[in-house]
Parts: sequence; structure tokens; C-alpha cells
Amino acid sequence: MIFNKRSQMAATHKRPATLAELRNGEEGILDRLDLPDDIARRLMELGFLPGNAIIPARTAPGGGARVFRVDGSEIALRDDTAARLFMRLHFPSIKAATP
Amino acid sequence: MSNCHDSGPRKGLLPNPTIPVPHAAVNERPLIVAIIGPPNSGKSTLFNRLTGLRQKVANFPGVTVEHRMGKAKLKNRQEVFLVDLPGVYSLHPRSEDEQVANDILKGVRPGFAKPDAVVLILDVTNLGRHLVLAAPVLSLGLPTLVVLNMADDLAVRGGKVDVAALSHELGAPVVLVSASKGTGVDRIQQFLSGTAANLAGAKPARVELPVLNDVPKCRQWASKLNTRASYRAPAPPIWTRRLDSVFLHPVFGPLVFAAVVVAVFQSIFSWAQPIMDGMTYAVSMSGQWMGMVLPNGVVRSLVVNGVWAGVGSVLVFLPQILLLFLFIGVLEDSGYMARAALIADRTMAKFGLQGKSFIPLLSAYACAVPAVMATRVIENKRDRIATIMIAPLMTCSARLPVYTLIIAAFVPNIPLVRGVLSLPAATMLLLYVLGFAAAVITARLLKSTVLKSQRSSFILEMPPYRLPTLQSLSLRLIDRGRVFLRRAGTVILTVSIVLWILANLPLSHGKMPEIENSYAGMVGKTIEPAIKPLGFNWKIGIGLITSLAAREVIVGTLGTIYGIESDGNSEGLQKALHADLTPAGAVALLVFFAFAMQCFSTIAVVRRETGGWKWPIFQFSYMLALAYGGSLVAYRVANLFFQ
Repeated sequence: MIFNKRSQMAATHKRPATLAELRNGEEGILDRLDLPDDIARRLMELGFLPGNAIIPARTAPGGGARVFRVDGSEIALRDDTAARLFMRLHFPSIKAATP
Repeated sequence: MSNCHDSGPRKGLLPNPTIPVPHAAVNERPLIVAIIGPPNSGKSTLFNRLTGLRQKVANFPGVTVEHRMGKAKLKNRQEVFLVDLPGVYSLHPRSEDEQVANDILKGVRPGFAKPDAVVLILDVTNLGRHLVLAAPVLSLGLPTLVVLNMADDLAVRGGKVDVAALSHELGAPVVLVSASKGTGVDRIQQFLSGTAANLAGAKPARVELPVLNDVPKCRQWASKLNTRASYRAPAPPIWTRRLDSVFLHPVFGPLVFAAVVVAVFQSIFSWAQPIMDGMTYAVSMSGQWMGMVLPNGVVRSLVVNGVWAGVGSVLVFLPQILLLFLFIGVLEDSGYMARAALIADRTMAKFGLQGKSFIPLLSAYACAVPAVMATRVIENKRDRIATIMIAPLMTCSARLPVYTLIIAAFVPNIPLVRGVLSLPAATMLLLYVLGFAAAVITARLLKSTVLKSQRSSFILEMPPYRLPTLQSLSLRLIDRGRVFLRRAGTVILTVSIVLWILANLPLSHGKMPEIENSYAGMVGKTIEPAIKPLGFNWKIGIGLITSLAAREVIVGTLGTIYGIESDGNSEGLQKALHADLTPAGAVALLVFFAFAMQCFSTIAVVRRETGGWKWPIFQFSYMLALAYGGSLVAYRVANLFFQ
């Protein structure tokens, strides 16, 4: 158990996870958006603001995009866009995933 | 958070220096009120509630962004003009729709009067995010009513909000309503009549607003207000999640998607049949009645064989077209369309497009004109042009009359797959697939050559599922019905009359000529060598020429041609067609209509939307070449089968 937890911690410490790396149902806190200004602005208007919690809800049939729960609504993004949203480093064991 | 002096209310912004008093207001120009809100906040439902049938769709001056205007009738016979603006997330324009909403609210769009007041509509089940829009709207200083919509949803899902406290914080009146159920709408009417009576008194109070350019600051401001108004967000929409676990399921999702598409096509073909039979009967009976009432001669020939044969044969297709629009309306209003776009995104990406292109492409099944306008949601210019280029290849409802006629005449009604599908329905479906295939291949070609661009982004909100309201569906149908009838009454009527004249001149020995010797016949004969390889004779040729104006005109044209030939006692159009088309020729004709761009309206809208003649000319030539080549091949191949 302990070993398991440590390795998980080590894994999250090594590199900053992006939204694309978050599993479905797992919560993450957004840190920054590495996207062109206009797209970043629209995402922020939709709730993708640094400090907000985001949960990937489901994968689109066939893949390529996912639906994210953020700020009270569900927004679909392609995986390559999600890969430009960097998450805050945190320990998954501390964060309780919201149902 | 406090840096707001340039955005606070200013006296100079208020229009109309004379303050109308209640009884004088009758003679003043009616109050103009803009309805604004984020997408999916229920703007249109509210607009429909307030205006009912007193509304029309129009374009904003100078651009092709569609909007609706309507009159709201209030107590004591007051009238207020309502303008339904495009849905926006902020007043920081990113697309053309948002630019228009922004310009109109600020009163800088030429040719459009600045609104006197604003109704801001927000989804109360997601007030945290939606309230952000209140900041830029209130900063305009116009009399503003904040409408919190979806009150019924909020209550059912256990949320709450203190309306009075929120109103105090915003310095503007706030009402909680359910636009779909109609509860609280009287309060909006009260605001409208109160504002009409005393415009200056309805000005919002000066409140502290955040810096509008700073999204995080604006969002914090909204959170603060939510807290002060003791807002409790409702529980997540359980039914939406349950439905999504089916509709977006890796296996069932695509199956449902396919089932929806098949159901739409099967039903517009088979369910509409009895209604269409009724219409056909009504048209032919009224034609006979007119034939009996009118005195024998030129007038009777013009009315019965020219006008009624042409217009009537197109009118028959009204039920089928309305049914198609009904389906698209249900898909859009229920929220399924966003899911369909998500399912389609991966496939669209393969052709260099994105999921948002799917929405205009699906509406192109109804009509390419609104579809071309709907491409405005696509932010990337090259993606947008590619979508415009392929939209007319989608099987629009104007092709339905042509397909229906030819299929009914040439395809036997044999049940397939144990009666789930019939051979005519399957043929129809195949034509839809053909158009779609041509569209995606064209998109792929364009996106890997002239319209090459970086992979674009796809950002789409999945709104909660909602039951479409009867009112908004019926208003849609009435609207589309009007457009179709107007076309039948203008384009098709004109073409029918011109054709009748051309078909009856020159007079030989003072008598009307046989159609073969008429001007129309001469034109048909002139182009016959060019279309002979496709299996078409000169009569079909006349139809091809007249259908350049609009596809469905060919049905009316053939109606007129055969009407003239057999002088009113025509056997059915279907039977008549057998004399002029071989089965292989019928296949070629179907393929020709699947590919050719025969629609003046589409050409005009493409020119406007792409800002020049370059793209529409390219599109027309490309599609004509595709149509000619396609039907040539189809004719040759079909001949191998039918001989």
C-alpha cells in the first residue's frame, strides 16, 4: 500500500500532468493554459480558469475528444487541446474525487 | 475589481432624449428591447413566449447574421419591439455573431437603432458562470432586466437563489422564470411596459463592476455575488448524465446515431406519403375545378397548365419538407445535436474538418442557405470556407421532390430486411450517402490543397437535455413553411409563367405550337447533344435549365411540359416520365441532382459569406463537372444492369 502510494506521488512529481493525462472521473486543478490567446480566453469564459477543478467525464465514442465537467457545465475538447492545459501538482491521495 | 469607471453607466448612452409618458407613448416609436444571453440559456424560448406569431427572421443590415424580430403585445395595447441577438459568452467578440451582438448593444452598427433596454437571460442552474455576462451588459448603462431562466429545473434539482439580494447587488431588477413553462413571464411583461412608460426611471443603479477584460476577475465577481445572493447550485442533471451514458456510449452511442439518421429518412419517405397523396389529390382536384370554371382559351391554359401545374406540383412536397425540419428542430432543441457533433468530430477530423462543421452540414440536409450561414460558428476561416464549399452537396430538402418523383416512378416498392426498409427508402438513403461521400471527399481534397491549415480546435458545450416545446417547434415549422411557400409563390411561379410563354410561342397559323416546335422545345433541342450521353432528352433538358434557379423547379417544369402536351387530361407525371427516361437515364438524373449546384439562393449566400465571386464560381463549376461526370458514369454502369 505504502509503496504504491509513494510511487504514485513520485509519478505525479516527475512531470506536470496535463488535462489529457487525467483519467475519467479523476479530479484535477487547472494551473495554466498554453494556448493562443483567443482560444485560451474562450476556454476561460467556459470555466477553464486556473484554480478551477476539472473532471474528465467521458470519452467521445471513437475517442479523440473527451467531455469535461468544469464550473457547472460539460464541455467537449479534443485530446490535443486538453494536452495544452497544465494541471497543478497535487497528490491524488489527498484529493477526494467528486461523484 | 473596482477599476470600472470607464464601464459604469453614463447618461450620454441613453437614447431618446424625450421621456415618454404613459399616454403619449402610444404615438412614439415603439421601444426596442434586445434579448441577450449565453447559448443554451433559453433565449429563443423566451422570445417565442413573448412574441408568438408576431415575429420574423431577418438579417442584420450589412451582414448575414440571422436574427429574429418580433412585437410583444403588452397590457393597455402597448407594443414593444424585441430583437433576439445571437448567443454570446461575453461581449468580447470572437466570431461574427458575437461581433454583431456587441455592436448592436453598443449602438455602433450602422442602420440598426440602438436598443432602449436589454433583457439579459441567464441559466439559473449554472448561475456562477452565466452571471459573468451581467458585468459587460450592465456596464452599457441601459435599462436592464436580468431574467434567471430554468427556475423549474433549479427547484427540482434542489438549488435556490435569493432574487431580491441579487437584484440589490446588480442594481437591476431580477426575475426568476421558466420560459418553457411560462411561469414568471408576466413579470417580464411588467418590466417591458414599465420601461416603455418611464425609460429614464428604469436605468440601472450604479454598482461596482469588475475589469471587463480580465476573465478571472469577472468570474470572481460573479462568485462573490452568488455568495451574497445565497445561491445554491442545483444537483447535477441526473437524466442528462444517464442519457449521455447511452448516447455517448462507445458502442450504443454510434448505434443510436445511425438509428436516428435511418429513422429520419425512413419516416420522411413513408410517413409523409399519405399526407402527400392527399395534397396531390387536392392539387389535381382544384386544377380540374379551375379548368371547369375558367372559359376555354389562353387564360385557362395559363392558369391550369402553366401556373397551377408548375406551382401545384411543388406544393405537394410541403408536408415532407416540414417533417424534415421537424426532425432537425427536435434534434437541435433537445440538445442531441451537440452530442452528434461530438460523435462526428473524429470522422470530421479525418477529412480535415471538425465537429462544429457537422452542425451546418446536418442543417444542409434541410437547406444549404441557413447551413452556409450557420458556418459562422466555425472560428477557423479555412475550415469555414471548406464547410461552405461542401454544404450544397448534402441532400437538401429541395432535392426531395425530385428524388421522390423519380424514385416513385422507377423504383418498385419491394420490402427489404423484413420490411424495416423498403427499396424506395433504401434508394433514397443511398442518395443521401452519395451526397455525403462526395462532400467529405471534396473536403479532404480542399483541406489538403488550397485550404490547408493547422489542425483546428474543437470546443463545444454539451447542454443538458431538454424536452423541446411544442410552441418553438411549431413556430419553426410555420417559419419554414412560409419560406417554402414564398419560393413557390415567387421563383417557381415566375419560372412556371415564363416557361408557359416559351412553351406556347411562336404561334404557328395563329395557334399555339406543339411543345416540340416552341421556343422552350428549341432550347431543349439545342442542348440535347450535350446531355444525350447522360440518357436525357430535350424535355429533361428544359427541366435541367429551369432547375438552375432552384432544384425543385424541374418538377413543376415537367408538370408544365406534360400538362401542355396532354392538355390537362394528363396521366400522372410518373407515368409520363416513363416515356422519356429509361431506368438507366433515371439513375443518371438522380446522380446529376445529387451533385449539381442548382440553386440561385445558395450561390448568392455563398458570395455574401465568402465576400466575392471567386468561391461561388469555383463551387458551381466544380459541382457541375462532378454532376456531369457522375451521371455519365452512372448511365453507362446502369445500362449494363438494365440490358
